[in-house]
Amino acid sequence: MAKSSVATGRSKALVRRETRSAYLFLLPNLIFFVGFVVIPMILCVYTSFFDSTMGKDVEDVFIGLKNYTELWQDPIFLRALKNTFVIVLVSVPAVCIFSLWVSALIYRMKGVVLSTFRCVFYLPVVTGSVAVTVVWKWMFNNYYGIFNYVGKGLGVVENNINWLGDERFALWCIILILFTTSVGQPIVLYVSALGNVDTSLVEASEVDGANNIQKFWKIKWPLIMPTTLYILVITTINSFQCFALIQLLTSGGPNHSTDTVMYYIYYSAFKLYRYGYGNAMGVVLAIFIALLSAVQFKLAKEK
Amino acid sequence: MNSDSGLKHRSLYTVVSIIVLVILAILFAFPLYWIITGAFKTNASINATTPDWFPKEWVMDNFRKLFSKQSAPLWELAVPFSSKFTADGNPLIFTAGPVVPAAIRWLVNTVFMAVMAMILTCITSAMAGYALAKKRFRGRAMLFTLIVCAMALPKQVILIPLLREMSSLSLYNTIWAVIFPTVGWPFGVFLMKQFSEGVPGEMLEAARIDGAGEAKTFIEIVVPMIKPGVGALAIFTFITSWNDYFMQLIMLNSTSKLTISLGIAKLQAENSTDFGLIMAGASLAAIPIITVFIIFQKYFTQGIAMGAVKG
Repeated sequence: MAKSSVATGRSKALVRRETRSAYLFLLPNLIFFVGFVVIPMILCVYTSFFDSTMGKDVEDVFIGLKNYTELWQDPIFLRALKNTFVIVLVSVPAVCIFSLWVSALIYRMKGVVLSTFRCVFYLPVVTGSVAVTVVWKWMFNNYYGIFNYVGKGLGVVENNINWLGDERFALWCIILILFTTSVGQPIVLYVSALGNVDTSLVEASEVDGANNIQKFWKIKWPLIMPTTLYILVITTINSFQCFALIQLLTSGGPNHSTDTVMYYIYYSAFKLYRYGYGNAMGVVLAIFIALLSAVQFKLAKEK
Repeated sequence: MNSDSGLKHRSLYTVVSIIVLVILAILFAFPLYWIITGAFKTNASINATTPDWFPKEWVMDNFRKLFSKQSAPLWELAVPFSSKFTADGNPLIFTAGPVVPAAIRWLVNTVFMAVMAMILTCITSAMAGYALAKKRFRGRAMLFTLIVCAMALPKQVILIPLLREMSSLSLYNTIWAVIFPTVGWPFGVFLMKQFSEGVPGEMLEAARIDGAGEAKTFIEIVVPMIKPGVGALAIFTFITSWNDYFMQLIMLNSTSKLTISLGIAKLQAENSTDFGLIMAGASLAAIPIITVFIIFQKYFTQGIAMGAVKG
């Protein structure tokens, strides 16, 4: 149904009718999409150029790029940015490698066993961030937590450690929990991708005498590359957005050692009521995510 | 074929990996086990420095305490935008049912929110996805680009402007403020477009020749064919909406309006060391959603896999 360049009057009318009916089908969704996604996005960029603080008598004042220049001089923001990158750089490769390893082990198992394993690794996602977080908080607890108990039992820990209240450990505790809540979806995706690999290709390589390692890296790995790319992108986005864990476990403390950009946005906007400043941070975060996704796409394409 | 020793070597590797895998699976399931057993433990057992791996006696104390906290009517619903039309400027509110503990009310709110978001998302996304996949219209390419870009952006960065928008629409602190942005999130349209691509054009053409209108074609031909996709989207929306803590945190604040996630967070803030009470709340939040997930597991995993493969 390609649009021909010599459109007759009749086909023009057809296009018009098609356009009208298409928009009627799109309308219900567009109301929500434009109203509650597109407009807030535009407002986010717009307000980031204003000094918009709640409780002030005056209207928002246009201050140009001042919010952005302030960001780079704000030590808390810089620390939050560093923490965010640590989380992303540790958790994204860990999640990808771990989920690939698990999937490679389970994808040929029988139906029930496979779905049981898949289910178990998906459980922390379904349980919900708040329920997961409160139980980890208990497990990390200084006095009643099982981490200290098991640690002492194994001789790893000498005295009770205040895991979440100690600058050396807090961020790593967060990364550990984030990891357990992040591998579920990649495993589902990898299992289905590995299951879709054309068996005739694998058999052909067996005839040529390929061993298991070669079979994996030379045949299967290139075929599941699109899935890997998708997993990289969604895991990166998820890690950048890490919020509930931080708000409920440490509130960014101790001494801002677990502040992330997402948490600091929340803190600036809803504790300090500096909307413009928070929006500027949101814009910066979105730019970082867009850049990282673009880099990942480019790298994957080259391969 | 490898030599005999190679085969043995491989099976040893497999056996070791399977053992490691089983241990990891147990560790992954452990937090959930700890939530559920914790909810039924006595106070002494919870605060023991040597943990009870299995409750010695099962008690309902924690649930009793949870349900003794604040009460609210079972059902209360503000009609969206109604404050614009009433004389006193207050929204129309329906209340019904006996007075129940706040925790039950939070559960009712959460179920309503998730079901409503699910229904609205499925209907609007299926329609929009079909139009994007099967219709050639002006602005199609631009709209699709906009949808893909919006999907890649973090949802949370738009929350600040969204909050102000909601308060100017008088939707702030109503459940609709959480539902509407979830419905607008373009993932559903994207997924439905992928599924609608699979509907053969000849079938649509044939229906048109038979004189079926647009609505009839959609309901009788397209919908049955994209059903698996709609099922996947429904369960996906239900789970993400149930668990979308950040959005709920910002949009809702009065006790009777909270969702179960917010309720537990509040319990934790107010009684930070009463782990039994908190675990009772957490299990109340987790068990329904896990049950839903296990029942519909098949559709769900198929759906995410299909969406990603085609996208």
